[in-house]
Amino acid sequence: MEPVAKDQVVHFSAAVSLLGRFPALAGIDLDVERGEVVLVQGPNGAGKTTLLRACAGLIPVVSGEATVLGCDLTQAADRTAVRRRVGLLGHASGLYDDLTVTDNVHFWARSCGATRAEADAALATLGLDGRLAGVVVAKLSAGQRRRTSIAALVARRSELWLLDEPHAGLDQTGRDVIDRLIRSAASAGATVIVASHEVDRAGAIADRTVTIAGGTVVTEPPGPAAPDVLASPRADMRTERRQNDEGVEPQQDVLHVS
Amino acid sequence: MFRDAALVAGKDLRIEWRSRVTTNQVAPFAVLVLILFAFALDPDRGVLQRATAGLFWIAILFSALLAVQRAFALEAADGNRDGLRLSGLRPAGIFLGKAGAVALELAALEVLLGIGVVVLYNTTWSGWLLLITTSMVATIGLAAAGTLYGVLAAGLRVRETLLPLLLLPVVAPVLLGATQAFEAALDQSASNGWSWVVLLSSFAVIYVAFGILAFGSLLEES
Amino acid sequence: MIESEGMVPAHTGSRATRLLGLATLAGIAIVLVLALAVTGPDAVQGDAARLIYLHVPVAVSMNVGFGLCTLGSVMWLWKKSRWWDTVAVSAAEVGLVFTGLTLVTGMVWGRPTWGVYWTWDARLTTFSLLFLLYLGYLVVRHLPADVEVRNRRSAYVALLAFVDVPIVYMSVSWWRGLHQTATLSLSSTISGLMLFTLVLAIAVSLMGFLWLLIHRFRVAWLEDEVETAGLDLAINERRAEAAVMEVSTP
Repeated sequence: MEPVAKDQVVHFSAAVSLLGRFPALAGIDLDVERGEVVLVQGPNGAGKTTLLRACAGLIPVVSGEATVLGCDLTQAADRTAVRRRVGLLGHASGLYDDLTVTDNVHFWARSCGATRAEADAALATLGLDGRLAGVVVAKLSAGQRRRTSIAALVARRSELWLLDEPHAGLDQTGRDVIDRLIRSAASAGATVIVASHEVDRAGAIADRTVTIAGGTVVTEPPGPAAPDVLASPRADMRTERRQNDEGVEPQQDVLHVS
Repeated sequence: MFRDAALVAGKDLRIEWRSRVTTNQVAPFAVLVLILFAFALDPDRGVLQRATAGLFWIAILFSALLAVQRAFALEAADGNRDGLRLSGLRPAGIFLGKAGAVALELAALEVLLGIGVVVLYNTTWSGWLLLITTSMVATIGLAAAGTLYGVLAAGLRVRETLLPLLLLPVVAPVLLGATQAFEAALDQSASNGWSWVVLLSSFAVIYVAFGILAFGSLLEES
Repeated sequence: MIESEGMVPAHTGSRATRLLGLATLAGIAIVLVLALAVTGPDAVQGDAARLIYLHVPVAVSMNVGFGLCTLGSVMWLWKKSRWWDTVAVSAAEVGLVFTGLTLVTGMVWGRPTWGVYWTWDARLTTFSLLFLLYLGYLVVRHLPADVEVRNRRSAYVALLAFVDVPIVYMSVSWWRGLHQTATLSLSSTISGLMLFTLVLAIAVSLMGFLWLLIHRFRVAWLEDEVETAGLDLAINERRAEAAVMEVSTP
């Protein structure tokens, strides 16, 4: 096998992950380099959430290769080590309903070693330092809750962002905020993996798109400008990365099922 | 580790302060248990007075079940368990923080029930040093064992019924030791009581040590 | 012990277990003869004392069972040995059966001899809690969960139960010591033929325990094998979803 490149943030090769006895990831290949923004799309039940949770070190990889930020996900100790270096935004809010917005963000920020100041800065970035700061989370709307979860994520300043359906349930303003955040995170050097059904919107901010189904990556029908692809087993072809430009269709990745 | 513990304990106590579950639900429950004992045992023949120590600790034991359930119900909501695992918090610190918060809540309940027993059962407390020391070590042991089994039962759908089955046999020695020590204090034969305090302390030490070592492993769901 | 993977045996017997089983049956027969006919009745308790040849052996086997469960749990936590983990759960289950036997024989012995089914002395009280602790172990063990999680959880429960038992015993014997109640035991010392019968009975009981343990172990092992074999099938089915999706995408 080729050695993992130094700035390769994520490297999965024929990785299998189980949920109970069910193979949620059934041999998945994925390579993400530092600073990339990757969109992972696919039908419900395809394994997008499991992929993100595996990258976060929450789920063991039982066979194949899986390395995130230099940590081997097949080893328990490495999985624990990778957790505090990533930031995961899941479906659940991850907030304490009885605490205020500020209390929540402060707790989660300080629990991963960030300072109060960084937490306050995150609150300001998400516009949560005004009227909403002292509101108990139980009383927030879904969109406001999502913003609070994101503030907690921002305060972590992680190297790898894992966002699971970040736009779901948000209004137009909320979605714009998320897009801006993803772009600024990427330009600050973080790597972002977004799982989303919203191919158009997320596709506009992503450098490339990966489609998964049935726990593996599937071939995409090539787009109009896709280069000619030679299929060979375990081939991992990547198209040139393009800068984000409004209105330009991002290149779609072509990966072969191995 | 202690910094993490303080952070977690502070968070749990702040939630308690805001939601007031212990004050509004667990405390009345504890007093209710004392009252029900009066229904079950004849209040006129001095049974309640003689059995005060045992009844007190049984009420505390049941309240401990509720307090532990509550401590982990907080984390069960909405992906918080994932959040704890993803945070940089040392699992030993999370254990100490949660156990510490439960211990403080139990201590408050003990004060309340101490007063309740004086009022409802006509008991007079004596042997204060023994009483307070016993309470402290017994509470630490209860909180540690409770937090340990609490995390084990936490992720499961059947946790409400499983936790009592797991925890109560384990803390039976605490019930025994604390009751004997309290009776020694009340009878003013304190010398016997201190040996029980030694037993309770060993229990507490063992379970705190176990918790520090095993909590992280038990927090993993997968 | 188990033949090669891919073969699902029709039963869990083997030459070894058949020999063991026959030896156990022979042993039981010998012990019965000795216990009922050859040895004399106890001076004070009469014929009821013969129950000692049943009660003590099953109690010993029960303790061996729980000891094995703890040992298996420790070995699993330390070496991640699946063999030991299977020993742990099998020993706990068989041990629980022997606990039931101990309880029943104890009560049958106690009632005519001392007039009570139960008393709160150190041994019996510890026994009742031991039963509950290992019942908790089995409940946790049989909850549906990922294999690794299940094994880890139940191993910790077994360890905690093991740690708790001496604490319970010490505290209760202290407590009952204060009250000076009589413990249930034989009035006379055992020696000679009675001692021999007792020791033989214990040996036979352990053989029976071992026989049950081996069979239970094999069943548990095969169950796990079946589940693991199902994994490759599940992976292929999962990937087939992807193929279906490919075909249906325009």
